[in-house]
Formats: sequence, C-alpha cells, structure tokens
Amino acid sequence: MMTELFIFAESASQSGLPLGITSGGAWLLRNAWLIPLIPALSFLGILFFGKRMPRKGAELGIAAVGIAFVLAVLTGLAWLDHRDNYHGEETHLAVVTVEHHGEISHDEHHDDSHDEHAASGHSESGHHAAHSSLAVSNTVTWFQTNGVDISVGVLVDGLSVMMLFVVTLVSLLVHIYSTDYVGGDRRYTHYFAFLSLFSASMLTLVISENTLQLLVAWELVGVCSFALIGHWWEEKPNSDAALKAFLTNRVGDMGLLVGVTILFFAVGSVLPDTFGSFSIAATNTVANNGLLSHTALLVAATCLMAAVMSKSGQFFLHTWLPDAMAGPTPVSALIHAATMVVAGVFMIARLYGVFFEGLSIGGSSINLMALVGGITTLVGASLAFVQRDIKKVLAYSTISQLGYMVLALGVGAWTAAVFHLFTHAFFKACLFLGSGSVAHAVHSFDMKSDMGGMRKAMPHTYRTFIIGSIALAGLPPLAGFWSKDEILAGTGGWGLFGGTGGNGSYTLMLVMGMITAALTAAYMTRCVYLTFFGEFRGHGDVHESGPRIVVPLWILAGLAIVAGLFNLPKGFQLVPDSFQERFGHYVEPVAGYFPTISHATPSWSLAIISTLVVIGGASAAWWYYFVKVEAASKASGKSLTELPNGPTTTYPLAKIIHNILDKKYYLDHLYTGIIAGGTKGPLARMAYRFNQQVIDGTVDRVGETAVKSGQFVYDKIDQLVVDGAVNTSGRLSSEAGGELRKIQSGKVQSYAAILFAAATVLAGILIVIV
Amino acid sequence: MYLNQFLLLSAALFAIGVYGVLARRNGVLVLMSIELILNAVNINLVSFAAFRDSISGEVFALFVIAVAAAEVGVGLAMILLLYRNRRNIDLTEIDLMKG
Repeated sequence: MMTELFIFAESASQSGLPLGITSGGAWLLRNAWLIPLIPALSFLGILFFGKRMPRKGAELGIAAVGIAFVLAVLTGLAWLDHRDNYHGEETHLAVVTVEHHGEISHDEHHDDSHDEHAASGHSESGHHAAHSSLAVSNTVTWFQTNGVDISVGVLVDGLSVMMLFVVTLVSLLVHIYSTDYVGGDRRYTHYFAFLSLFSASMLTLVISENTLQLLVAWELVGVCSFALIGHWWEEKPNSDAALKAFLTNRVGDMGLLVGVTILFFAVGSVLPDTFGSFSIAATNTVANNGLLSHTALLVAATCLMAAVMSKSGQFFLHTWLPDAMAGPTPVSALIHAATMVVAGVFMIARLYGVFFEGLSIGGSSINLMALVGGITTLVGASLAFVQRDIKKVLAYSTISQLGYMVLALGVGAWTAAVFHLFTHAFFKACLFLGSGSVAHAVHSFDMKSDMGGMRKAMPHTYRTFIIGSIALAGLPPLAGFWSKDEILAGTGGWGLFGGTGGNGSYTLMLVMGMITAALTAAYMTRCVYLTFFGEFRGHGDVHESGPRIVVPLWILAGLAIVAGLFNLPKGFQLVPDSFQERFGHYVEPVAGYFPTISHATPSWSLAIISTLVVIGGASAAWWYYFVKVEAASKASGKSLTELPNGPTTTYPLAKIIHNILDKKYYLDHLYTGIIAGGTKGPLARMAYRFNQQVIDGTVDRVGETAVKSGQFVYDKIDQLVVDGAVNTSGRLSSEAGGELRKIQSGKVQSYAAILFAAATVLAGILIVIV
Repeated sequence: MYLNQFLLLSAALFAIGVYGVLARRNGVLVLMSIELILNAVNINLVSFAAFRDSISGEVFALFVIAVAAAEVGVGLAMILLLYRNRRNIDLTEIDLMKG
C-alpha cells in the first residue's frame, strides 16, 4: 500500500530552503518599483496634457526617463555596496516533499527520511557558503484567491540592476534623439507617450518578482512595440509589419502563458498550504533542488522557449523583426535592438534554474536552447549579407547576436550571455541611431541607391558607426570582443588548448559561434562600404545631423569602447585581480534561486584564434568591396555597389545561395504561402481528389449493388409498407405544423408570453413536487 | 427587517417587469422592463446573501449587473438600427420571422 509522507525539509538553523533573497536591504533597492512608476506617470501626463505643453510632451518624457535613469544609477551603486556588505537575514521557503513508500510508515521511518531529505536537498549546492549577495525582494499582495497570494513586487539583484541601467540609459538617449528625428511629426505627442509607456513596461519586466507580473509586462512591451512599429500606419506596409510583429509574438506568448501555468502548479505541488506559486525565486529554488519532476521542467522550459523564440527573434519565429524596421529608427534602436527583444534572453536568465534543470544544460553537448541559438545566429548573420536596406542589415545582425546570447545561455555561460546583452545594447543602439542619422540626411534607408561616400559629409556619424561596427565584429579591445570571446570560451568546446571547464562540451556551438564571428565582420564591412565609402549615389545636399542626434551617438560609441572592460576575464595577466570579472561578480547570483553552474576558463589561444577569424572575415569583405568594387567603380566611372561580373553572375552555386538568402530562406513563403495557403489550397485539393477517387469509387460500387437490391426492396417493401407509414407520418406532421405555425407569429412578445407561461408551469411543477 | 419584505418587493418588481415585457409595444420600454426583471433577481440574490451571511450571492449579483449592462448595450444598438431602417420601434410590427 502506498503511503504519503509529508516531510518538511529543514536546514540546520531554519526550516525550509534558502532562497538567496532577503526582505531587507537598502531603501533604494527595496523601492526599485519607483523607477518604472515615473515613466508610467509620464505616460498618463503626456497622454492627457502633452498637446498643451510647449514642447508637445517631449519634455515630460525626457524628464521622467532622466529621473528614472538617475534612480537606476543610484540603485546600481546601492547594489554594489549591498552585494558584498549585506549580512542580513535570508528568506527561507518551507516546502513539502511527498515520498512514496512501499509499506506503512512508522515514526522512526519518518525521522530517517526526514534527515535523508534534508541532506539531499543541500548536499551539492553549497547554499550555506555565501550569505552575502542576497537579492532584495519586496512584495505586496495584489489579490488573494482561494488561499493563493498573487503578489506584485520587486526582485532586485545584479541582473535587474544591470537591466535597469541599460534600459533607462538607452531610453533616455533615444528620447533625446527622437526630439530631432521625429520632430514635427503628426503624432509627435503620441510617440512620446508610447516611449514612456514602453520604458515603464520594460522596467517593470526587469524587476518582476513573479512570473505573472513578468507576463503582464511582457504583453505590455509587445503592445508598445506594435503601436510604435505602426507609428506611420497610413502606409500599408507599416501597419502590416506591426500586425505581423504582434501576431508572431502571440504565437510565442501562448508558450509563455502555458509555461507559466505549468510552473505555477508544479511549484505549488511542493509548497505547504497552497496549490501554486508564481514567485520566480521559489520556482528556481525548488527546480534547483530537484524537487520538481524533470518532465514538468522540460515541458515548461520548452513552452517558455517558444516565447523566447518569438520575442527575441529566434529562428524560426524571427521573421517579424526585420519587418519591424518599418517603425521610426529610434524605436528600432530602443525596442528592436537594445531592450525589448532581449526580454526573451532576460527571461531565460531570470528563470535559469528551470531552464538549466529542464533542458539538462550541465554535462551535455547539445540541447534545444543552444541549438536554437546556434541556428539563429547563423541564419541572421547570413541574411544580413544580402540586404540593401541598412536597417535590415542591422535587424538581421540583431537576430544573429540574440542567437549568440541564447546560445550562450544554452551552453551554461550565463554571465557571458548577460554580459553580451549589456555590451550589445550599447553598440547596436549606436549603430541603429547612426543608420537613422544617415537616413535622416538622405531620406532613405537604401544603401545601394541612396547612400555611399557619407564619411565626408557626416564625420561624426561615420566615426561612431565605425566604432559600433568594430565593437559588433568583436575586435579587441572594444566591447563586443570581450563578451563574444567569453561566450566562445563558455561553450567548453575548446578542449584542444586547455581552455575548458564549461558546463559540457558544446563543440558544435563553438563552431557555429566562430562562423558567425567571421560572417559578422564581413557583413559589417560590406555595410560600412556601401554607406560611407565610394561615391554618393543619392540626391541633394547632405550634411551632418544636429547635436541632439550626434551627442547620443558619441555617448553610445564611448560605451561601445569601454563596456567590455567591465568584465575582463579571470586570470587575465595584464590587469590586477581586482579588475577581473567585475561584471560577473556583481551580476551573477550566487545561490538559492540560481543553479550551480561551472565557469569556463578563458584561454589565450581561443581569443587569438577568434580574433584571427574576425580579421579573416573582415579582410575577405574588405578585399571584395574596398579593392575590387572600388577599382571597378573607378574603371566604369560610376559608384558601384557590386562587381559587374561578381560571383553571383559567374558561379551558379553563388547565384543559388544568393537567391536563397534573398528570399530569407523562404520562411515567409513557408508561413504565408505553404502553411497558411497550404491548409486551404493544396490540402483542400488533395482532400477533394481523395474524395473523388477513393471515396466516390467505393460509393459508386456500393451504389450499383445497392440499386439492384434496392429495386427489389422498392417493389415489395417500400411501396407497400414504408410508404404507407411515411405518408401517414408526413400527413400527421404537416397537420401538426399547420397548428404550430400559428404560434410562430414572428412577434417577440408572443414568444415572451409563451416563455413566461412555460416558466410558470415549470415553477408550479417544482413547487408541487419538491 | 424580515426576509419576506425583500422577497415581496422583488416579486412585485418582477411582476411589473413581466407585465412590461409582455404588454408594452415600445422596444425601449421592453428593454427597461427586462432590466426590472433582472434587478428583481438581484434583490433576491442580495437579500438571501445578507440573510445567510454569505458573500456569494452578492458576487453573483455583481455579475448579473455586468451582464445586464452588456445586454442593454446590444439591445439598444438593435433598437437604434430598427429605428434607422423603419422609423418605428413598435415591436408588434416586427414580424418578418412569421412562420
């Protein structure tokens, strides 16, 4: 007989699992909810009073985000102190474990398994080791239902503090940039209102304490993305792009909803007195301690991956992101490069316990997340080659870099992924704003027909764009190099020269990352050539943008140079120990809600080889564009963008590859043509043919037989017996219908009278019987 | 206060409502009578809830109010369309569904 034993797992001093969070901490950390609140208020302010303000509401938006930025910086400083110096009380989670025993339990038995369980819950994870670095959690109950507290609150740790800083900084710069870029627009005020709402939603998302709050913020940023992509909705492609973004995201959001629900009940099953919990810390902690079934975690992680694939533009739900470039360029920089699209990456990083256990990241050599990230990074990088729209190059580049981050999380290189998110936000926002600055001058995004030679006319844009490109390509010592190299090292696939120690041996991911590094350098070289070199192909007089555009560009370019230095690798001999891994030290959680991951050892050989790969990719593109195309341009006297007899016209294979890339791997055709059209067109035709040949054939043959036997039956039985009965019943129903027809008056009140009469009769019967 | 006082009020309201639905020819008045019926039900729900010290009746009444609001919205829209098409909202003249 099966008996259930309810055991409260206990640590030595306090009951329950240590969560790695505390309810104490500095005032700023506990009240981080003020940061999203300010832009939220500014959204309402702009919406109601914006049009009457002297600058049409822009000043309110900028002030709000500016205050939020200052608060975020102060919160960050408070965290730097809190990380090492806080020694307060750690919150513990009381859990119930249900054990099945084959026999009726005795009291001693009870105690035995009690001790066993307490031991197994804590043996490997080293929860007692570090009691500094407790995340600050501050929640209030939103509503209660059936004994479940649904709370809202903040979970402030290194990750959320970092995100607060990035979001407020990029948002502030984008606000300032926008006053020039969309100046005089017909929906200027609404634009700033939505920027404020977006900032508020994104900031809420990054400090979410529970998955429900995260889900709400997730949907809110989706709405803002929809509204801002469709900002110029009068043109059909723009509103189509907005719809496409929204609907593609809905596909993944279903995954998020299902995943969150699964986790809610799964966690509830091990908590006493309740049947569910949305708390992120609790979810991660019980997942880390092996209290949840692997199947539940696997299913939840897979569902959540669907959400990541849509929101963070992972293959094969990435197709909305390039189309989203229909929105204003500052929006692309803020939402579709630096912040919203990394929400998926953030969500993985936040629920890393679930993903780490569910997808068995440790000790494996391939898993769903790493594979999705790897494919995405390759697909994005290869597609960036064939775009003629500068923003689409950057959009595919973003997809590729997001793939990099997901790949890094998939191989267990948590800090590397988050660090790449950090550096990518700066250099990609810089590139997007730079492309906007160029487009602002030439009134087009087409590199081939309207750009070229911009370096003379726009020196500041040119310099910042070059800095951003080098950072993106990953040449030392700019930001992209450090984060990219950390990811490559984190794959643990570099066993050849001793640089190992990751969570498994993901050699395939290392190869994918290397190829992408080369491709990235090559397509950025192409993009820089087409935009800034050669002769000007557009029309009109081009001049540098104003200070409200140039200053944000330089700030971002400056960060693109120095951001990498925040996380110099451990064991890097050129700097003292206290400068190594600062970012990892402050951002990566230590225990409780964070799984035990092992860290890769950086290696000089890998860094040198990856740099050589980048230089190789860049030189190949440089040779093609700066040498061959430039020479051909001079010879023909025109500014060319490709060789007149380039590889695509000479080699059939190159032509085929170019075609496939040009058609974006035929994914859009797959979705609208084959999946949507296929379900109605070919499938319907196939069903029709099946119907005609198989079913009809059978039916025909049955029919012939039936006719013969039928003739016999008809004469004898039908005419005499059945017809008689049928005619009688027909006559009867006809007469009854004639009578009932009078009731069917068409007048609603006579129906009502019948209704009430019937109800009265029924009520009467009820009273009599009961 | 006795429960039956409330029930009597509710029954009276219900009867008035039924009379209105059956006898009035004006569509808007019929809709208003339906509201009377629903509110008679609400009075029943709330008074029983108060009598039994249970909140569920009151919660249910809130739902009824919300649904009634939606229903009246749809109903008024239909009557508005009828008026636009026929310049008349006499329910006895609307009998296109006559069998």
